[in-house]
Amino acid sequence: MAYSEKLIDHYENPRNVGSMDKNEMSVGTGLVGAPACGDVMKLQIKVTPEGIIEDAKFKTFGCGSAIASSSLITEWVKGKSLDEAGSIKNSQIAEELALPPVKVHCSILAEDAIKAAISDYKSKNGVADAAE
Amino acid sequence: MQRVRKRVTLPDKRVSEEAFNMNELKAKPIYLDYQATTPTDPRVVEAMLPYFTEKFGNPHSRNHSFGWEAEDAVEIARGQVAKIIGASAKEIIFTSGATESNNLALKGVMKFYGKKKPHLITVVTEHKCVLDSARHLEQEGYKVTYLGVKDNGLIDLEELKAAITDETALVSVMGVNNEIGVIQPLKEIGAICRERKVFFHTDCAQAVGKIDLDVEDMNIDLMSISGHKIYGPKGIGALFVRRRPRVRVIAQITGGGQERGMRSGTLPTPLIVGLGKACDILSNEMAEENARLTELRDYTLARFRDRLDDIYLNGDEEARVCGNLNVSFAYVEGESLLMDIKNIAVSSGSACTSASLEPSYVLRALGVDEELAHTSLRIGLGRFTTKEELDTAVDAICTAVERLREMSPLWEMAQEGIDIKSIEWAEH
Repeated sequence: MAYSEKLIDHYENPRNVGSMDKNEMSVGTGLVGAPACGDVMKLQIKVTPEGIIEDAKFKTFGCGSAIASSSLITEWVKGKSLDEAGSIKNSQIAEELALPPVKVHCSILAEDAIKAAISDYKSKNGVADAAE
Repeated sequence: MQRVRKRVTLPDKRVSEEAFNMNELKAKPIYLDYQATTPTDPRVVEAMLPYFTEKFGNPHSRNHSFGWEAEDAVEIARGQVAKIIGASAKEIIFTSGATESNNLALKGVMKFYGKKKPHLITVVTEHKCVLDSARHLEQEGYKVTYLGVKDNGLIDLEELKAAITDETALVSVMGVNNEIGVIQPLKEIGAICRERKVFFHTDCAQAVGKIDLDVEDMNIDLMSISGHKIYGPKGIGALFVRRRPRVRVIAQITGGGQERGMRSGTLPTPLIVGLGKACDILSNEMAEENARLTELRDYTLARFRDRLDDIYLNGDEEARVCGNLNVSFAYVEGESLLMDIKNIAVSSGSACTSASLEPSYVLRALGVDEELAHTSLRIGLGRFTTKEELDTAVDAICTAVERLREMSPLWEMAQEGIDIKSIEWAEH
């Protein structure tokens, strides 16, 4: 399978690999996917009191496309507000990395992961979520 | 004049220097996928070459020397193939490969004997071409039993005995599995089949040249053989069809009635000569080659186990061919591992490398957890594999596994002592 240069770059030099303390109040954690399906993504965000994502980290078990998708989304969400980050669509990730059709689910997983992380942060901090 | 020439030569030189550096940077790829295919042995190619050009005759041309010359070559090859499995030359039918041989064996036998005996027994870990032939037969109304395998990949002989009925015409069990390299107990299966008067077919595409085969001793009635798995050319194979007691098959390719009516079509003399030569080489060198590969395989596995924790060998460690390692590197998905070691040609049982997005059905049949099936690599050693290549491959694979584990949330959980099975994962 021929992958785009951007995808390979994110796979070979993934950005923001790592973990944060999930018990910290300013950290939201999203864990999505399933080992039996061959991909699991853990995405964490650190949010300022003003509601801006100041840092993001990920760990992913999955194919190269899953790793690249999670690496890309951590780059994109940094500096964004929760609402802005929550509105990132999987199609934007798929387009940026030129994911082949069978790998589009990797970008869906990345979208799910950031949404799960945001919702974890909100429920921890008692922030009302208009969307839910 | 000289200035012009200088202008022309300078950039040329730069280009060639650049190309030279590029080649140096680009490491030579290492081939460790000998179960997928093998390079044709140069001695095989050499034997084949005259039959493309000066000795081009049609082996079925009965009335001139061109035909006789080709026919002689075909018959020598037939003897070479027969010899390596303890058969007689007359029992060898040339086909386009093991896929065709398996189709002919299953469909040909079932369609001949199926009116009285419509029952076929095979195994869930067989090659796709056996399973798909069985499915087609099922659609036509034949009955098929698919035996499961134990967690070491071998069938349960008691289960086989219990599955045979008065309606069973054929049992088809592969000699060596293509993914996990386990060796089925052919002699025991053959004895059971002979006692119950059921024909025994075995797909030996991966077994020929790896284990000793004797159709008499093992009571094998039909055996599929492939050229390109044994350092012969692609596009050629054979089916052994026993003459005493005689096994009848309905031809699947009809026409001029070649190969005693079982497989029509002009015989591809150069390919047949190649298959014969490949078998001839194995007759002489197999024991030595396999001893070398067994040592290399054990050395490779030991190096993996020395450096990495949480790795699992799939398939029986003892009843296993010399050239196969199938290893699950827990917490690292197979396709991402392949991407990291792109200079090393191996294959993976991961779903992401298959079009179906399902992990290997063979590993699943062994009861390997789906999460581990996603993390497997098949490493295939062969005739031209060197220790240096294996050292490079082991280092590259281990480094990649370590890097990807650092990136894996499952590895992190395992290190924290969290049981991955205790988490309620949302299947997607």
